Order: sequence, then C-alpha cells, then structure tokens
Amino acid sequence: MSPQTRAVENWTLQPLTDFVREASARLVLVLTPSGQVLAQSGFSRAVDVMSAAALAAAIVASTSELARQLRQAPFAALSHQGPKTGFFLSTFMTERGTLAVLAVYDLDVSSLGLVQLFYEQLAAELKSATPRGAVPKQVLAADFERELTDSLNTLFGR
Amino acid sequence: MSKALDLITRVRGVRGAMLVSAEDGLIVAEQLMEGIKGGAVAALAASLAGRLRRAMEAAGTGTSVFWHLQAEQGALLVVPGGDAADGILVVAVAEPDVNIGLVRLELLRAAETVV
Repeated sequence: MSPQTRAVENWTLQPLTDFVREASARLVLVLTPSGQVLAQSGFSRAVDVMSAAALAAAIVASTSELARQLRQAPFAALSHQGPKTGFFLSTFMTERGTLAVLAVYDLDVSSLGLVQLFYEQLAAELKSATPRGAVPKQVLAADFERELTDSLNTLFGR
Repeated sequence: MSKALDLITRVRGVRGAMLVSAEDGLIVAEQLMEGIKGGAVAALAASLAGRLRRAMEAAGTGTSVFWHLQAEQGALLVVPGGDAADGILVVAVAEPDVNIGLVRLELLRAAETVV
C-alpha cells in the first residue's frame, strides 16, 4: 500500500492503490458528486483535498446541468491537458449512487490513454467492492463540521 | 490514413494496425481484428515510446526509428512518425511468427505517408 493513499471507506482503498500504481497518477480523489471524499492519494494538505473536492463536485454539477439542458445523458468524462500536467474527471454508478474520480497525472510519466484505461478497471473494481445494500449516509448540517474533520483526519492518518 | 493502415494489415500475420497519439496514448485511426484491445495497446505503445525516448536521449543514442516488442502470444511493432507526422506512432499488432522485416517496411512507409 502506498503511504500516501488513504481511505475514509476501506473498500475503496485497494482499487485506488492499484489505480495509482498502474496509471502513475500523481493525485487522485474518489468522491461523491456532493464533494464528500471517500479516498485520496498523493495529497499532503487537508486544504488541498477540500478545494479539489469542491471544485471537482462543482464541475460534475455544472457539466451535468449542461448535459441536461442539451437533453443529453450526463457527460462520461472530462479531460484537460496542460503542457506538463493533465487531469481527468469521470463519474460512474454504484449501488451507493454516483461516484466521481478526479485524477491528476504528469505527462512525463503517464498519459490520458493510460489513465482512461486503468480508470475503467478502477470503476469496475469499485462497483464490485461497493458494500451490498448500503445506503449513502446523509450528512446533516449540524454534523457537517465534525464529519468533515473526521474524514480529513482519516485521509491524512491523524 | 486508412490506406496506410490497409497496407500494413495486408501483411500476413498482422492482426491490426493503428495510428496512436504519442502524447495522449489515444487512438487516432485503427484497423484491428476483433478481440484486440486497441485502447490498451495504444496506451501501452505511447507509454513505452515516451519512456524509451527519454532513456535514449539520456543514453545519447538519438531517437528511435523502429522498435519491436516480442511477447509470448504476439508482437508489437512501432515506428514513431517522422517530421511530417511528429507525435504520431504507427503501430502494428502481429502474430509471434510474422515477417518482421516486411511489417517494418510497411510501417516506415506508412509513417512517411500518414500526414
């Protein structure tokens, strides 16, 4: 297991660890469309996880709404590539609802093709590892701060 | 593009040919037999090409013009595109006992005519 890969929900850990190794991704988040992080890899600061999760959730929400307005199915994936770094964002359905994966990769060690290839494997493994009959936990506003702190503590091994 | 790939796939023992973006590892054009996982082969070829290019630069041997990966159940043959097709890999997937020289010739021809 990579020391930088941590999960709030343990069933996400092995598929994520495999994905990070095989796709040579630098940063990865597994999250819900509302921005709740289930697992992370490569992040060293809680504030980075929070902002990346919030931004990824916002992208998922805005592209889903664009697709809805265009009367299309939600976009399968979004990719953006800069001169040295690329990111890949995609969603998939599990028994616990939709999950999103945000992967950041360096172009000198990985590529969009590799990330896409192993993302398919990650999505399939997470789907089959999802606890059967599990219901997504609702986070109430009153508990939000405590839940967030607990999640971040777990994600950073505190 | 399809004509270039057509010439490669006509060689006996070749199971498919592709043009692959070297930077992304994505397929630009393909002619593959059923059962070949084009996306996986393209990602593998681009990943190897990138690492090979950096290693060869570090070793001071110049850029590669052809490489051949022999596996138990097949072979991967790759020619990086020339100046005209920079950033494109011409890739062939073949049976293990394919005539390597002939495939190499067609790959080099394809690399010249692809753009």
